[in-house]
Amino acid sequence: MSKFCSVLGLLIVLFTVRAYGAEAGMPQLDTEFWAAQIFWLIIVFSILYLIIWKIFLPKIIYSIESRKSRIVNDLNEAQKLKENAEKKLKDYNKIIELAKNEAKKVAEENKKKLDKDIESKKKILNEQIEKEILAVEKEIKNLKKNSILDIKKIAADISSEITNKIIDTEINKSSASAIVETVTNKKIEKGLL
Amino acid sequence: MATNPMHQFEVYRIGPEIKIGAFNLSFTNSSMFMIISAVAIMFLLFLGTRKKLAIPSKIQLVTEMSYTFVAKMINDTAGSNARPFFPFIFTLFMFVLFCNMVGMLPYSFTVTSHIIITFILAIFIFIAVTILGFVKHGIKYLQLFVPKGVPIILLPLIVIIEIISYLSRPISLSVRLFANMMAGHTMLKVFGGFVISLGILGGWLPLGFSVALTGLEILVAFLQAYVFAILTCIYLNDALNLHH
Repeated sequence: MSKFCSVLGLLIVLFTVRAYGAEAGMPQLDTEFWAAQIFWLIIVFSILYLIIWKIFLPKIIYSIESRKSRIVNDLNEAQKLKENAEKKLKDYNKIIELAKNEAKKVAEENKKKLDKDIESKKKILNEQIEKEILAVEKEIKNLKKNSILDIKKIAADISSEITNKIIDTEINKSSASAIVETVTNKKIEKGLL
Repeated sequence: MATNPMHQFEVYRIGPEIKIGAFNLSFTNSSMFMIISAVAIMFLLFLGTRKKLAIPSKIQLVTEMSYTFVAKMINDTAGSNARPFFPFIFTLFMFVLFCNMVGMLPYSFTVTSHIIITFILAIFIFIAVTILGFVKHGIKYLQLFVPKGVPIILLPLIVIIEIISYLSRPISLSVRLFANMMAGHTMLKVFGGFVISLGILGGWLPLGFSVALTGLEILVAFLQAYVFAILTCIYLNDALNLHH
């Protein structure tokens, strides 16, 4: 490609030289100032080379290198921070998990304890109530028995008193009580007392 | 008026005549435009390296891009061995590029449109590369002319062709740049002349051509600087890494 270009360029040059060369020719081939051009080219090019080599290239390299190292540093820093954050998140999640488990355990234990407590208190209360009921029943029975005996006695007394007042005769206390006894027994049998 | 399209290539003396021995070393318009190009390069590099920002400014970006561009070019063609020659290749590329570009300005002079300039650059590169090759590989450097895998019968012919192609390197290198620059500028001038001679009625077509050619010439100016530098890298590669 470049060879083709240079051939084409040469052809164009030759064409223009032939077309206009009759008047002036190519100033490039005029040797009058060749030495001057070579001289000044060497001077300018060497000075430019020295200045670029010694002054400008180190500066450009420094700025490119420092940017590169800074980018690498920043990337490393970011990676580190990211890892740190991930680790912290993991720790945090673990702590939360532990706390949850603990709370669950405590709640369950408390529930069990409460249930047990309630159960035992219920039992004690039931026993007490039963005992009291039994005691009361016994008392009632006693009272019943006593009251029947008292009533019998009072009834015998009253009946003997009444008969004494009505017919003015002293009746045997035991016989009166026997009569009362039979009457009350009859009544108890009938379910009246 | 300068209607001759070759007139733009004329070299003339500026200031007093300087003569050393038989040589006329006077300061010419060519020397002036060399200095203008060099100063422009230094100005660009100065602006680009004044503040070394982590986030580069536009001008800093331009200098760093030119640096990485040349560095990549050398690395791709000549490998890491060519690292020490980076300053020279960079200077060469920038110098040729700026001479070409400065030459694109109207009424300016194109330093690289003179065969003597490009030839001196090319012959310097040629001699330097040849010396480098012999210093690095000794007499083995001559293996460059003997490609591997060629039948014995063809070998003499191939060796002669290789030697001729090697010796013609400075000529092809210098003529390519010089001819491209000269042809482009001559064509611009010719079309410019047509614009004037055809006048307001017919001048529009060559004017359009002129505009298009200017764009093309800017491309060529860059491309030729690139080609000049990359061919130097390839020659350097031959001298540094002998593998034929």
